[in-house]
Amino acid sequence: MFSFMIESNHIPSTDFIMTEIAILEKIKKIVTPYVQRKEGLEDFNDSTDFLVDLKINSANLVDVILDVEDEFNIEIDTTSMDGMLTAGDAKRIILNKMDN
Amino acid sequence: MNYNSIISSLPYTKPFLFVDEILQLDPEGCIGFYTFPIDSYFYQGHFKNNPVTPGVILTECMAQIGVVCFGSYLLQENKQDASSFNDIQIALSSSQVDFFIPVYPGEQVKVVSKKQYFRFNKLKCTVEMFNEEGELVCRGAIAGMMKI
Repeated sequence: MFSFMIESNHIPSTDFIMTEIAILEKIKKIVTPYVQRKEGLEDFNDSTDFLVDLKINSANLVDVILDVEDEFNIEIDTTSMDGMLTAGDAKRIILNKMDN
Repeated sequence: MNYNSIISSLPYTKPFLFVDEILQLDPEGCIGFYTFPIDSYFYQGHFKNNPVTPGVILTECMAQIGVVCFGSYLLQENKQDASSFNDIQIALSSSQVDFFIPVYPGEQVKVVSKKQYFRFNKLKCTVEMFNEEGELVCRGAIAGMMKI
C-alpha cells in the first residue's frame, strides 16, 4: 500500500519529466539545420547556448523561433525572444506558453 | 510616403546603388526599377569582350529594391519619428537565387518583392526580376536583418 502510494505520487512528475525531454528533443531537431558548431549537439542539454555553443547566427535564430512557433503552435513575442539564449530557456518559454 | 526619400536615404552610392525608381510600396510588397548603365565598371571584366551583368549584381539589385527599400518603408511605417531614419542598420543574411536569362548592358529590369515575414528584425522576401519584355530573369528568396 505504501509503495503503491509512492508510485502513484510519482506518475505526474514522471510525465512532466518525459514532456521536458520530448520538448528538448524537438528543440534539438529544430536547431540542427542552423548549427555551425556540430560538436555542440553531442551534449545537447538545458545549458546549451544557441549562440556560444552552437554558433547559430542571429538571422537563423529568428528561423529557430519561427520553427518553434509552428511546431508547438504558440506565439513568441520580442521579450521572450530576447530571453531565449539556451535550450533550457526555450523549453521553459514553450512550457509556459503551452500552459496558457 | 515619398518613394524618392527612401532611395536617397539608402546607405549606397554609385557605383553600387542599383535602384532608380520605386513604383509601388505597400505592407505586403514592393516594385522597383533599375537600368544597368552601359559603362558600368563590372562589364570591363565580366566577361572579356562579352559584357553580361553578373549574377551577384542582379542579386544585389534584387536585395536593394526588394529587401532594403521595402524594409526601410516597413520600418518607417512602424515608427513615427522620422528623424532617426538615417541610422538604419542593415545586413544581408541569406540569398538563394535561380537565374534564367542574361541581362545585357543598358537593359532595364523590374524587381517585384513579396514579404514572407518581417519578425524580430529579420525581413525575408520572395523576389523576382523581369526584363523589359516581361520575361523572368531570376527569382529567389532574400533575407536581411534590419533595424533603426
